[in-house]
Amino acid sequence: MNEERSATDRAQTTGQPALTPLGTPPEAPRDPDIIHTSPELAVGEGDVRSAEMRDDTIVGTSLWKDAWRRLLKNKLAVFGLVVVAIIIVVSLVGPYIIKATTGYTYDFIPPDSKLVKSFPPFQAPDGSFSGAHPMGTDNAGRDILARVLLGGRISLMVGIISTIVSLLIGISYGATSGYLGGKVDDVMMRIVDVLYSLPYMMIVIVLLAFFGNRSPLGQLFLLFAALGAVSWLTMARIVRGQVMSLKNQEFVQAARATGVTTPKIIFRHLVPNALGPVIVYATLTVPSVMLQEAFLSFLGLGVQAPLASWGSLASEGIQNIAIFPWQLIFPGVTMALTLFSLNFLGDGLRDALDPQMRKF
Amino acid sequence: MFKFVLRRLIITLPMVVIVVSLTWGLIRLAPGNFYSGEKKIPAAIEKNIREKYGLDKPWYVQYGRMMGSVLRGDFGNSLRYQGQSVNQILLMTLPVSATLGLFSYLIALLVGILAGTLAALKQNSRLDYASMALAMLGLSIPNFVLGPLLVLVLSLSLYWLPPARWGGFPSWNLVLPVLTLSGVYMAYIARLTRSGMLEVLRADYIRTARAKGLSERAVVFRHALRGGLLPVVSFTGPALAFLISGTVVVERIFALPGLGNYFINANLNRDEPLIIGIVAFISIAILLFNLLVDVAYAYIDPRIRY
Repeated sequence: MNEERSATDRAQTTGQPALTPLGTPPEAPRDPDIIHTSPELAVGEGDVRSAEMRDDTIVGTSLWKDAWRRLLKNKLAVFGLVVVAIIIVVSLVGPYIIKATTGYTYDFIPPDSKLVKSFPPFQAPDGSFSGAHPMGTDNAGRDILARVLLGGRISLMVGIISTIVSLLIGISYGATSGYLGGKVDDVMMRIVDVLYSLPYMMIVIVLLAFFGNRSPLGQLFLLFAALGAVSWLTMARIVRGQVMSLKNQEFVQAARATGVTTPKIIFRHLVPNALGPVIVYATLTVPSVMLQEAFLSFLGLGVQAPLASWGSLASEGIQNIAIFPWQLIFPGVTMALTLFSLNFLGDGLRDALDPQMRKF
Repeated sequence: MFKFVLRRLIITLPMVVIVVSLTWGLIRLAPGNFYSGEKKIPAAIEKNIREKYGLDKPWYVQYGRMMGSVLRGDFGNSLRYQGQSVNQILLMTLPVSATLGLFSYLIALLVGILAGTLAALKQNSRLDYASMALAMLGLSIPNFVLGPLLVLVLSLSLYWLPPARWGGFPSWNLVLPVLTLSGVYMAYIARLTRSGMLEVLRADYIRTARAKGLSERAVVFRHALRGGLLPVVSFTGPALAFLISGTVVVERIFALPGLGNYFINANLNRDEPLIIGIVAFISIAILLFNLLVDVAYAYIDPRIRY
C-alpha cells in the first residue's frame, strides 16, 4: 500500500538530501510543500541511509500526491469537490453572464410597478414561458437567480474568511500551548475548556444585535470576526495535540540546540508539520461557519440588505412560504447542496490525508 | 469523584459572573439606549427615565446593582413586557423550550443510535450506505430550510399537521418542531454511533465475548454498545449548546413562546434585564448539564477517574 512507503522514498522525489529534519539549518530554503508537511519525515530515522541511496531510480511519491490519489479514488469526495468547484465558479462568473444576457443584477428592481411582484420560475408576467428568471423573482421583482448567486459569493466568503480567522487564532494558541507545556499549557487549556461550555452563540447574538446594522460591509466584517472568534477552540485542541507529539523529536531538539528562538520553532518547524489534520478540520469548519452565518442571517442579525446570503434569502423566503415557495426552495436547496458537498469533501480529505484516522 | 464535582460546582459561579459581565459590557458599550430610537423624548422625561433605571449613577454602581440582582437570582422587571418580571417570563417560557429540546434530543438519540448501530453491524451494506447518506443530508440541510419545507408539505399541502403555534404537551403541534429540531442530531448521533461501534466491534474484548459463545445479541447489547456509545455521551455536552441555537430557530419558525424567541425579541428591543436573565440562566444550565454529562461518562466508562 501507498501508506507504507517509507519516508526515504518520499524524500527522494524532492531531489534534495532526505536529511533535512536534522541536518539543514532552519534558514535554509526548502520545498515547503513536501518536506515540512509529512510527520513521518520529521522522525529522522533512516536519514543516513537515504542520503546514500539518493541516486536510486525508484520514483517515490510525496505525501500530498499520495493523498491526492486516495482522494480521487473516493467517489463521494470527488463529487463534493466538483460540486463545490462548480458552485464557486458559477457564483463568481454567473452574475456577469446574467447581466450580459438579461440585464438583471441582484438589486435591480424593475421600474414598471406591474413587475414588482413575485413570479414563479420560468414564467413571464403574462403567464407564458420565459427563460428570463429560471428561479423566479422575489417580492420586489428582483431576479432570484442573481440573488442566489450573490448569496453564494457572500456565504462562501463568510465561510472561508471566518475559517481563516479561526485558523490563525487556533494555530497560534494551540501551538503555543502545546509547545510550552507545563503550567502555561494547563492554564491555556483550562481557558479553552471554560470557553467550550459557554453559550457563545448567545453572546454573538448580543454582539450583532447591539453593534450591527451600521453598514452592509461593516456588518460583514463583524460577522467574520465574531464567527472566527467562536470557532477556533477545536482547532486549538487539534494543533496542540499535534505539536505535543512532535515537539520532542530530534528536528526540534536540533533547532533548539542551534539557538532558534521559541516563536520560530513553533511557527517554522512545528506548525508546518501539523498541517494535515488542520486542513481536514478547516474543510469541515467552512460548512459549519456557513451554517452559523445562515442562522444569524435567518434571525435578521447577519448579512444586511441590499447584500444577501443564502441564510438571509431563505429567511425572506420563509415569510412567503405558503404562496411563493420558490423564494425559499432555491436558496435553501443551493445551500444544502453546497454544505452536503463540502461535508463529503472534508470526510474524503480526512480519509486521504490521514489513513489511520479513516473510519473503516 | 466528590472532589471533582465540588470543584466544578465552585468554578460555575465565577464563570456565570464572567458571561454576565461580558454580556452587560457589550450592551453598555453599544451606542444608544433602550428608550432612544422610536421618537425624540423631551429632556425632562429622559432625565426621569435615567433616574428611574439608575442610569444617572456611575457605571460601577450600575454594574454592582445588576450583578447583585443576578446573584440573588432576581433579575428584576422586563423593560418591554410591562408588569412582568424576568423571573416570570423565564418560568413561563422554560417549559416550552425544555419540552421541545429534550423531546427532540431523546428522539434523535433513539433513531440515531438505532441507525448507527445497524449501519455498523451491516457495514458496507446498502443499509449502511443509505443511512449514512441520509445522515449526511441531515447534517447539510439547515433547520430553517427543513422546517418550512416540512410545513409546506405536511401541513400546507397535505393538511396532516398544524403548521405552527404552541399547543401544550402532548399535542400534534409538537410534531413538526420536534422533527425539525431533531434532524441534525439524529444525523450526528448516527454517524458517531457508527464509527464508535465499528471501533469497538474490532476490539479484543468483543472477540473474547464471541469466543466464549455469547449470542450475537448479547455481544452487541451488553458488551459493544457500552463502549461504542461513549462518543455519543461526550457529544451530549456540546449538543446542549447547539440545541439552544436550534430551539431559537425552531421557536421562531413555528411561533412558539419559548426562551429563544424571547431572547431574540429582547435583543431587538434592548430589554437589558431580560437579556441578562436569559444569558445567566442558560449559562448555569449548560454548566450544570456538562457536569452531569461528565459524571455519567465516568459511570459508563470505568477507565475514567476524576
